Amino acid sequence: MYGKGLRALSIATAVVLTGATALIFFYAPLEADQGIIQKIFYVHVPLAIVALFGFVGGGILAIKQLRTRSREWDMRSYVAIHLSLVFAVGALITGSIWAKASWGHWWVWDEPVLVSFLIVFLLYCCYQPLRFSIEDPEKQARYASVFAIAAGAFVPINFMAVRLATAHIHPRVLSKTGGSLPGEMRLTFLVSLLGVGLLFLTLWKVELTAKNASMKLKKLRQRLEAGEAPATPLPEPAPEPVGTP
Amino acid sequence: MTFAAARAILRKDLAIELRTRQSVPAMALFSVTVFVLFHFGLDRNEIDGSLASGVLWVTLLLATVLAVSRLFAAEREDGALDGVLLAPIDRTAVYLAKASALFLYLVLLELIALPAFAILLLGPDLTQALPELLAIVALADIGLAGVGALVAGLAAETRLREVLVPLLLLPLLVPVLIASAKATKPLLMLNPAATDLGKWLGFMALYDMVFVLLAVAVFDFLLED
Repeated sequence: MYGKGLRALSIATAVVLTGATALIFFYAPLEADQGIIQKIFYVHVPLAIVALFGFVGGGILAIKQLRTRSREWDMRSYVAIHLSLVFAVGALITGSIWAKASWGHWWVWDEPVLVSFLIVFLLYCCYQPLRFSIEDPEKQARYASVFAIAAGAFVPINFMAVRLATAHIHPRVLSKTGGSLPGEMRLTFLVSLLGVGLLFLTLWKVELTAKNASMKLKKLRQRLEAGEAPATPLPEPAPEPVGTP
Repeated sequence: MTFAAARAILRKDLAIELRTRQSVPAMALFSVTVFVLFHFGLDRNEIDGSLASGVLWVTLLLATVLAVSRLFAAEREDGALDGVLLAPIDRTAVYLAKASALFLYLVLLELIALPAFAILLLGPDLTQALPELLAIVALADIGLAGVGALVAGLAAETRLREVLVPLLLLPLLVPVLIASAKATKPLLMLNPAATDLGKWLGFMALYDMVFVLLAVAVFDFLLED
């Protein structure tokens, strides 16, 4: 079930990411006062946006988990948050490099995207410690979901607070991430955003498939050890293909 | 029904606090100690403006951590949580009671910490801006109590409780810190400046509403079984 469509998704991701790279270097114009370093914008901002949506998405999947009480939704929410954390690290590092190159400092407090991300990142860093300090799997899923929902609601509110606190000091940020991009840059940015988003989805699917496969394997092992040694070599052919093709 | 149960739990918590005095005095003592630390750490006898509002709010946030990590202590230590959970009441009642208890602790804390801050560290006169400050403190306390009780419930049954409470609580409270520190700053300046008090009060009201409603919605799923 999880493996289905993975091949097509991976190919689409690879194609769009390659296209985005080509657009970044050969199509998008060089920014007048920042030069080549401005290209990191096409990595930094998509990473930040995708991580943000991943966090919020993890919260929405967690609502599903609390509704259905199924382990599957918990796993989906967990993998989404886990991947978003990785993407958020990427956003922080690329943002930091960009800040150093264009403003001369590794860290700039009046860049709301960067600052919000640090706060959100610090909060989500507690997700795994919280999760794995609860042993009972059912309870673990419930507590993790409550955290994911609260933290998912926190993301936009925190964003709003940081933006309110910095907007009037540093207005150029609004024009940088927002509407006033020239056409070529806008297209490149949108393609990069699509590429990073597809990358997120592919990785999410891969990890879910792997987790699902290892859970099935564990169940089969347990059955084997419990003495339910099947007369035929294996109980039945797996109902759906598991794992990467 | 829910409110009656919440009142009963709140009454029990306040009675325990009155007799054992384990939260509020510790918080008050802690904040005075932190003011002393800031005096030496900053090497300043008097502070004002953004420094003063930052010191005040960071201290109050850190003191909140103390109360949050003790919030479910009575239930946990004597296995009394099972009793509460066996009672045919809504879990929301537990949340409302714990959040109200935390709110009252915070108000009591501020009754001590604010005068102590004014005497020990603050340069300008605190009384000139008292009504505005009280509005900020009230809205901030609702946020601290609402989020604090949720985090206490989240961390109550984990192994890493003592570590998780501050690590979870403090990032979640950053928006409250931003709003309250920004709103308090002009009030504590030597020459009071124009404020955007309304903006920050509005934001805190929004934060309080979102998180209290959210906590009421999800608290049912904590403290089960």
